[in-house]
Amino acid sequence: MRIYVCAKQVPDTAASITLLGPREYENPAKLVMNPFDEFAVEQAIQVKEQAGTGEVVIVTVGGISAESMLRTAFAMGVDRGILVIADIRQMDSIATAEALHQAIAQDGSPDLIFTGKQSVDSEGMQIPYRLAAAFNMPIVNEVVRFLLENNTVSVEREIGSGIREAVDLTLPCVIGTTKGLNEPRYTRLPEILKARTKELKKIDINELELAPAAGKVELIKFFPEPERDQAVMLQGSIREMTLQLAELIKNTERSL
Amino acid sequence: MMKIGILIETAATQLKKTNLGAISAACQNGANELFALIFAGGIATHQEILQTYGIHKVVTISVSGADVDRSPELKARALIDVMSALKLDALLGISSTAGRDLLARIAAELDAPLALDCVGVDFTSATVIKSQFSGKTLALFKLSGTPFICGLRPNVIPPKMFPVIAENISYHITMEDTRRLLIRTIKKTAADEIDLTEAEIIISAGRPIGSAENFKILKDCAKALGAAVGASRAAVDLGFAPHSMQVGQTGKTVSPNLYIACGISGSVQHFAGMKGSRVIVAINTDPDAPIFYKCNYGIRGDLFEVVPALTEALQKQRIL
Repeated sequence: MRIYVCAKQVPDTAASITLLGPREYENPAKLVMNPFDEFAVEQAIQVKEQAGTGEVVIVTVGGISAESMLRTAFAMGVDRGILVIADIRQMDSIATAEALHQAIAQDGSPDLIFTGKQSVDSEGMQIPYRLAAAFNMPIVNEVVRFLLENNTVSVEREIGSGIREAVDLTLPCVIGTTKGLNEPRYTRLPEILKARTKELKKIDINELELAPAAGKVELIKFFPEPERDQAVMLQGSIREMTLQLAELIKNTERSL
Repeated sequence: MMKIGILIETAATQLKKTNLGAISAACQNGANELFALIFAGGIATHQEILQTYGIHKVVTISVSGADVDRSPELKARALIDVMSALKLDALLGISSTAGRDLLARIAAELDAPLALDCVGVDFTSATVIKSQFSGKTLALFKLSGTPFICGLRPNVIPPKMFPVIAENISYHITMEDTRRLLIRTIKKTAADEIDLTEAEIIISAGRPIGSAENFKILKDCAKALGAAVGASRAAVDLGFAPHSMQVGQTGKTVSPNLYIACGISGSVQHFAGMKGSRVIVAINTDPDAPIFYKCNYGIRGDLFEVVPALTEALQKQRIL
């Protein structure tokens, strides 16, 4: 079984984003693996471990800094990696999905592709679908439970307010992962040391034969969301404050 | 004038209220021709309400040869068929769990530009406004290529009436089931809960809630409010609430009219998921909690005292 994981390096979720210009932001001090992709890496490794054979390959599009993210994935148990070097700030989801598609297609024939349901930085929410369309595979996104048996994949996805949809799909397929699927493992020193020797292939994006994009989503400008001022603190006893709040709620409902 | 399709979502036999905001976003004071796209399934056509908000054509889609309710892949294909038959320039839907999934399937299949979770859309300039960095900032995007596909975050555009007379159209499709993807069952893990991403009011708790059982005081208050219940990442990671209730950067992005945060200090990640709320109320014992610097109203107090008192105040208000 050949399993591919698509991951993205993103600013640490705790970091604030400082805008420098209409399309520029300050380089974040800390870059991490997109949290939703961690579940993809963990699930891919678990599938290989359960099968007892196979290979897990991680693929990313990004700058040279993404190498550290790939090494982290290696320490978790991923076998090797492909880094497509490109300026992702200039790319939309259509272009990124096509780069991932070509990098994978050039490398081998996937049985399973795991990727996070979305990135926490650009929030396109569509890479899993575009990858699936490019490979002509079925896809289920926002998966919280995964089971592979006799070449059939059974998954569950949350469809809001505690309702879960159970879906069966055939291999090969694309699975978009989200929180709740598994607990991504911590890396330990022996594995971190071993990760240094694993194969990491770097390809410049211009070396890939990318299909021309039919559509484009182009960033015009960033602008900060207006921040709220300090809260109006309600005064009085708990009872008095909650009566005021109940009144405020009533008025909020009325004004809509 | 653009021909815009609006993917209508229903819950049971009810038209979801969030559809109306999407219709108003596409209407632009009658500048566009609006098509409501609905799958047939024993539900009324909702023509009356749809035409009140500016829908010109109510398109009821029926499919034979395959059960589209059990395959979002085939449902997307049926919609692509309809879009091309009606020569639609754009497709707009709600960025709900189902909407996001269908819109992305359609865009991927058509290789069309797509923007999801938008807080604003302008069809004339083909631009959208959406959040970036999980809500830490907003950005304006231009979409090129056709059709233009967009998912709107629920509740962000207030519905505005624009009465017209709608025509009913039936569209029948015959398709073959590829059987490579099949919804087996739909399980309800918790009963009668309102979907967080579409809720108009949310009350949520952080670490101080202390246990899963203690969420009962929030649920009681939610019942009095008609609200959905959320949780912070800390409360979820400690096992007090399921992942499906998490609000924030690695959880759900919500946009209710009212968000009541109980015992939540207000981390960057939590704000990322709820700052789009119209009014934010914080209840916290710590007068210096960061949340008090970025919300509308604050109550300094223990959630175990304030929340039950609020429930009581709301119940009393209802009686009066």
